Amino acid sequence: MKNAFRLAWRHLRFHRLRTVILVLCLTLTFALPLCLRFLVERFQTELRARAASTPLIIGAPGSQFDLAISTLYFDAKPPPSISMETTNYVAETGFATAIPMHVRFKAKKYPIVGTTLDYFIFRESGIREGQPLTRLGDCVLGSSVADKLELKPGDRLLSDPENVFDLAGSYPLNMRVVGILATSGTPDDNAVFIDIQSAWVIEGIGHGHQGLEREDDSNLILESTENNVTASPAVIQYTEITDENLASFHFHGAPADFPVSSVIAVPPDEASATKLMGRFVSEDSKVRVVEPPEVIEQLLAIVFRVKKFFDAAAWLIGIVSLLFLVLVTVLTLRLRQREMQTMFKLGCSRGTIAQLQLAELAIVVGTSLILAVGSAILVQQFGTDILRRLFV
Amino acid sequence: MISVSGLAFRYADSPFELRIDELSIHQSECVAVVGPSGSGKTTLLNLLSGIFEPNHGTITIGDKQVTGLSDSQRRDFRIANVGFVFQDFELIEYLDVRENILLPCFINASLPLTNELSERAAQLAESLGVGDKLSRPVERLSQGERQRVAICRALLTKPKVLLADEPTGNLDPSNKDHIISLLTDYARSENATLVVVTHDHSLLSKFDRTVDFAELLTTAVTT
Repeated sequence: MKNAFRLAWRHLRFHRLRTVILVLCLTLTFALPLCLRFLVERFQTELRARAASTPLIIGAPGSQFDLAISTLYFDAKPPPSISMETTNYVAETGFATAIPMHVRFKAKKYPIVGTTLDYFIFRESGIREGQPLTRLGDCVLGSSVADKLELKPGDRLLSDPENVFDLAGSYPLNMRVVGILATSGTPDDNAVFIDIQSAWVIEGIGHGHQGLEREDDSNLILESTENNVTASPAVIQYTEITDENLASFHFHGAPADFPVSSVIAVPPDEASATKLMGRFVSEDSKVRVVEPPEVIEQLLAIVFRVKKFFDAAAWLIGIVSLLFLVLVTVLTLRLRQREMQTMFKLGCSRGTIAQLQLAELAIVVGTSLILAVGSAILVQQFGTDILRRLFV
Repeated sequence: MISVSGLAFRYADSPFELRIDELSIHQSECVAVVGPSGSGKTTLLNLLSGIFEPNHGTITIGDKQVTGLSDSQRRDFRIANVGFVFQDFELIEYLDVRENILLPCFINASLPLTNELSERAAQLAESLGVGDKLSRPVERLSQGERQRVAICRALLTKPKVLLADEPTGNLDPSNKDHIISLLTDYARSENATLVVVTHDHSLLSKFDRTVDFAELLTTAVTT
């Protein structure tokens, strides 16, 4: 059998292009279902883990999937805003810690998450470098964001403009990077965190501008009354918050009306959670409460339904590949008929010729299996990274 | 000595039938077989080597009657006693020169690869002028070199009978003489029997005897 493998190997090496194509086809056939299975399992584990660690989410009525995914993974279409009043209301009930979440803007395509320091306590986030948020306009980066953008504390990061053609829209804010979070293997690694008030500044609710002390400066002031000053467009608005201009930043309107995407409610126990949910059950309630684990289970049910199609496709691909392998083997045998006859004339038995063919098949199938299992192990090992690259 | 008596052979899917009443070739005799194309010369070599089993008659090589042996017995007899040189060399393209010469050892359990055979392969290659090309793929050899490799392969087991089917058919004149000399030299030095099928009448003087295949046949029917 050793000689059969020697000859088989020589033959495969001589026809290396054909061999490589054959091995790749089989590797893909074997690896696809395996890798898909591992990825789905990892996907499911990650989704469930994040959901399980987030007791309740309060947001605007609408798609519960959008609400949950936006709040948990900072992905998907942002749900309609609710007011900050909801956060205050949850806190006032005493049934839960209320963490406002503002997920609407992006910086270099990474989501900007406006929240409070309670979020970092709740997620038990550590700081890898630098310090936590201290001031308006500061940002703390997720570890992946910092690595990919090669940013460190002291650098600046500009929020993406929402629409470059909308002159009345929000202006980008040049944020100061003050810290980098420790790697957590969660969507936090891929987000930029700012204080909720900084999010409102990006939204245009708060701003800072050139001082209007000189009331007689007609270039800067269009109209001045006892209660109101109307500034001219010539007044310079700050797009960066510094120690010097920090005092000039202010907000217009009542803070309770300021928008948030959702509120994470962290009740101390199940009874408090039930009581809190009871506060939002009325039909005329402007907000809804979702339990992330339930939402994610519903989402996974859909994913698994889709996966069944993938499984069926994988089986079909497997069968087709097997048929191709048979076809290639049969055609190869026909092409090699002369060679087989030579071997036969030189004393080779039909059993030995069969051994030669089997040895070739064993090498091709064996190599493909090894590569497929290797790929599957890599996918299992780096499943989280792959999921992030694919879906984040 | 090769002895053929009352031989009849018919292919399963062809009306062709080969009949030879009597043929004797002495030990260490070098015989050239000439005759028209399609008359059954190659079939005769295949019958002598035991590749084909005749329908009737007997073939005796030395003191062994080849006819009547089982497939595996005929194969073992062929490996041990018969060397075969083919017209178009029939080398294996994906093996190098050394591996082609040693191919019978790789495909026959009854002929394991030993150091002795390995050394013999190298000596044969050296004596036939391809000793410096042992690791070279056969596709990079000239026609003459390829035929010499094929002869090395046929001589590996020091066969008592050497059969060659138009071994010079694809060679230029200088290579033809050289190849025939190699075969006859081997037969004479090793006391082996040589049967060469050829169309080239200019080479006949190098053989002890020429057999006209048309005269040999009792009946040969072709379509």
